[in-house]
Amino acid sequence: MMSMYSKKVMEHFLNPRNMGVIEDADGIGTAGNPVCGDTMTIYIKVKNGRIVDIKFQTFGCAAAIATSSMITELAKGKTLEEAEKITRDDVADALEGLPPIKMHCSNLAADALKAAIEDYRKKRRKK
Amino acid sequence: MRRVYLDHAATTPLDREILEAMLPYFSEKFGNPSSLHSFGREAHEAIETSREKVADLIGAKDNEIIFTSGGTESDNLALRGIAYLNRDKLKEKGPHIITSSIEHPAVLETCKDLEREGFEIKYLNVDKYGLIDLDELQNSVTKGTFLISIMFANNEIGTIEPVEEIGKIAREYDVLFHTDAVQAVGKINIDVRKLPVDLLSISAHKMYGPKGAGALFVREGVKLKSIQTGGGHEGGIRSGTENVPGIVGLGEACRLAKIRMEDDNSRIKKLRDRLIKGILNSVEESYLNGHPEKRLPNNAHFRFTAIEGESLVLSLDQKGIAASTGSACSSKKLKASHVLLAIGLSPVEAHGSLRLTLGRENTEEDVDYVLEVLPDVIGRLREISPLWRNR
Repeated sequence: MMSMYSKKVMEHFLNPRNMGVIEDADGIGTAGNPVCGDTMTIYIKVKNGRIVDIKFQTFGCAAAIATSSMITELAKGKTLEEAEKITRDDVADALEGLPPIKMHCSNLAADALKAAIEDYRKKRRKK
Repeated sequence: MRRVYLDHAATTPLDREILEAMLPYFSEKFGNPSSLHSFGREAHEAIETSREKVADLIGAKDNEIIFTSGGTESDNLALRGIAYLNRDKLKEKGPHIITSSIEHPAVLETCKDLEREGFEIKYLNVDKYGLIDLDELQNSVTKGTFLISIMFANNEIGTIEPVEEIGKIAREYDVLFHTDAVQAVGKINIDVRKLPVDLLSISAHKMYGPKGAGALFVREGVKLKSIQTGGGHEGGIRSGTENVPGIVGLGEACRLAKIRMEDDNSRIKKLRDRLIKGILNSVEESYLNGHPEKRLPNNAHFRFTAIEGESLVLSLDQKGIAASTGSACSSKKLKASHVLLAIGLSPVEAHGSLRLTLGRENTEEDVDYVLEVLPDVIGRLREISPLWRNR
């Protein structure tokens, strides 16, 4: 099974970056696939239109955890406009590829990040 | 790092003694069992001796054993072999097979295929332990029912089905009964002289024998159509030059299983029970899947809240522990295990399962090591999981 995943995926799965919760997050987004069983939540902290902090929590397979970890690295420090352009493929490429079957079921991090950015904007409009 | 193999339901290590018995049949005793010369006779004798050993383990007659390439082929041969013989006979009545919803894919997918070919298939439900309901079985028999195929013991959760009662019902309605006993042979005492089964699938590599060798018990008088045509080997039922080393390995595996079964079982069961108790005690929100007593002596199957199986198996692998999961992602399929869904688990619950299956070489220290490592591994994954925090 190890050969199924790239070294990079295993590395992020075993040592996930930015794992956890931001209690006073400015935006929270979730994405999930109930059939496959993967669920992820992304928390962002925004200052001057830039993501200054980002954390995740994920229930899912190694690919789901690794993609969550990777997107937090890709998005940290980026402006919201830059961050929302990150695609599923960008995440998979940064992880040196994902098994084809995982591209759909577990590669949800980009969706969760977009949802978090959306949530941030919605909250701001309300203020 | 310590390496602990706890995936004996997937496959077992080949026993040294069995390997030694097989080796000559790769090289110096390489003859084709169908040949008339001494090389052929030597191979032929080896096959017939193995046939006796396989028959002896389950109380069968020698001529009731057909060698195959393994469990999947045995299941296919049993189901298709009987089905194709009954197709025309039962055309008017609607040819009908009864099976369960928790069969191994070798049976389940074959049934689905037969369904596409026009057979009617009834998939029996199971209760929360994975047991079929005998009343439902009885009520499912139609005028066209010619075969019941229910596994002896489930490969995932280890539940042992009421095979004897199923067989009695089959006899009562004059229906043939096949059981996939791949996980049971060598672990449960089976005597087909008393047990009312007509066909029974056996695999060598689940009992310390080689991969690629198996057998189908076919009770004397039961006819089936060959599904592989050719030179008429195995009484015309299974053509193809025999896998002599594999068959020798299967025979030895059966001989050794008969001698060792009792001692192995009592030792392995003790280890298994300590493993179950230890895990249920040390891991919060952990549950045993399958039946508490009616289960294979080497099977421990758990469900952990807010944990995903593949992550768990890969994390344990990092610690040298080889386990398996009912989870979809690990088996390269996307859906949760059909067995775990059938016993009533939700997809998320089904994804959080772990199967530990013990074997002959496991020790007390192996169990200690798992009990030491597992709580931390689960703790780490729960820390990552939003389901744990929000439960």
